[in-house]
Amino acid sequence: MIPPPKLRLLDVTVTFRARHGALVPAIDRLSLDVADREIVSIVGPSGCGKSTLLRLVAGLVRPSSGEIRLDGHVVAEPGADRGMVFQSYTLFPWLTVQGNVEFGPRLRGMPDRHCRDVASRFIEIVGLAGFERAYPKELSGGMMQRVAIARALANDPEVLLMDEPFGALDAQTRVFMQELLLDIWEKTPKTILFVTHDIDEALFLGDRVYVMTARPGRLRDEVVLALPRPRTLEIETSEAFLAAKRRVLAMVREEAQRTTPEPSRLRA
Amino acid sequence: MSLARTGGAIARRRRGPLSEVLRPQEAIPRRTYLRILTTSAAALIAAWCVLTYGRLVAPLFLPSPTAVLATGVAMAQDGTLLQNAQASLLVIVTGWALAVLAGVPVGVLMGSFKAVEALIEPVIDFVRYLPVSALIPLLILYIGIGPAEKIAVIFIGTFFQLVLLVADVAAHVPHEQLDVAYTLGASRSQVIRRVLLPATLPGVMDTLRITMGWAWTYLVVAELVSADRGLGFMILDSMRGLFTDRIFVGLAVIGGLGLCFDLVFKWLHRVLLPWSPKA
Repeated sequence: MIPPPKLRLLDVTVTFRARHGALVPAIDRLSLDVADREIVSIVGPSGCGKSTLLRLVAGLVRPSSGEIRLDGHVVAEPGADRGMVFQSYTLFPWLTVQGNVEFGPRLRGMPDRHCRDVASRFIEIVGLAGFERAYPKELSGGMMQRVAIARALANDPEVLLMDEPFGALDAQTRVFMQELLLDIWEKTPKTILFVTHDIDEALFLGDRVYVMTARPGRLRDEVVLALPRPRTLEIETSEAFLAAKRRVLAMVREEAQRTTPEPSRLRA
Repeated sequence: MSLARTGGAIARRRRGPLSEVLRPQEAIPRRTYLRILTTSAAALIAAWCVLTYGRLVAPLFLPSPTAVLATGVAMAQDGTLLQNAQASLLVIVTGWALAVLAGVPVGVLMGSFKAVEALIEPVIDFVRYLPVSALIPLLILYIGIGPAEKIAVIFIGTFFQLVLLVADVAAHVPHEQLDVAYTLGASRSQVIRRVLLPATLPGVMDTLRITMGWAWTYLVVAELVSADRGLGFMILDSMRGLFTDRIFVGLAVIGGLGLCFDLVFKWLHRVLLPWSPKA
């Protein structure tokens, strides 16, 4: 028997009202299933609605039509069961690393003891033990994103939504963070929806990679990666990885061209 | 790429010390900074000495440093300085504190809720371009010429500017910080209390410091128009008797007090908000 999907998007459409009153479609009849503990990467040309997709699941954006179900329940508003990590640095600067990580448990009125324990466990997992008392301004970009991941995980969410979380980091730190994320996933497996514009990153992390079309965003195709876990960076040179990369790259390029006018037309 | 190459060339080429110091936005050694600072202060005092002791300017227009110092000591000893400074401080702190108590909440609401912004913007936008000095006759008519009138001048002068500055601070709280709090399970009131309000603190602290500076201007204007005590009154009264040295003492005290307030606010920022990037 096939288990029911953890997360299901059914025929979801999102339209925004632009300043001058016109309706702009951002996502168009998109359906998507994510299995429990699966990592699904989403790539697509910029402005295709990748982030909107995550914000939909988070409950920060409402679908104009269609529905989103998590464990069978319709998602109507934001909730602690769907943690999110943003590209921009969203740590609360007035809280220490510890204060940030225990923000979620504290909101739910958990006793101090419990909050501390949860916080130290996840600070440990993201490799920041010893930095509990540090303020975000004392941390590097990579460290801040590690705290942001710990903060989301401390809530023990059903789904982790990651919106280009490593996009602002330098190349070396980014690779390190990807390995760290997989390492964390091995320790505390979560269902992860990972939006990125970095195709290597999408393939390295994901069990599946969804390619979105240019705006309005639809699912163009999915690439399934039958690569074993735990994964190491070596897989990036494997034939299966490279073949998948060629496919995704070709699709993304084609979609990107549909939004960008050709150079000759620009000159005219 | 070409930019990087140009930068390298600048770094390599040998230049004089002046050119080293005058590179835009570039940090300079602390010792160099202090040296320039002391030179500047010394030059000012030297110029003052030359002009007065060299009898280039009549004492009626510019009294000598020693004369000002002697007058200052005498005024401190006979109590005039303390009495006038107390009167001014009472007015300025009361007026400013009332404006802060009323203006900060209104500003936060205005910056956070578009509906509140639409509600109060018409009033604020009109009054903010109205110089407080233009309102003084009306305030005298309504309230009289006692301390209450001067407190009102400072309140009105500070309140409207404060509301706009605080509203700007609140409106610039990063939206993602609110979003992330929602995804961590925060209710709307939790987002306001636990994210929006603490996020505005550094900006509000800056605003308090800036508006306190402006409050001094309004105070002196109010005291020049109508007062029987206060530092502004002291200056005006000294002018009537052509006591230029007393005017200079008044200016020095006002400047000194303003500087003190500024330093206290900067210190408070560091102590109360150690997490702030500006602390």
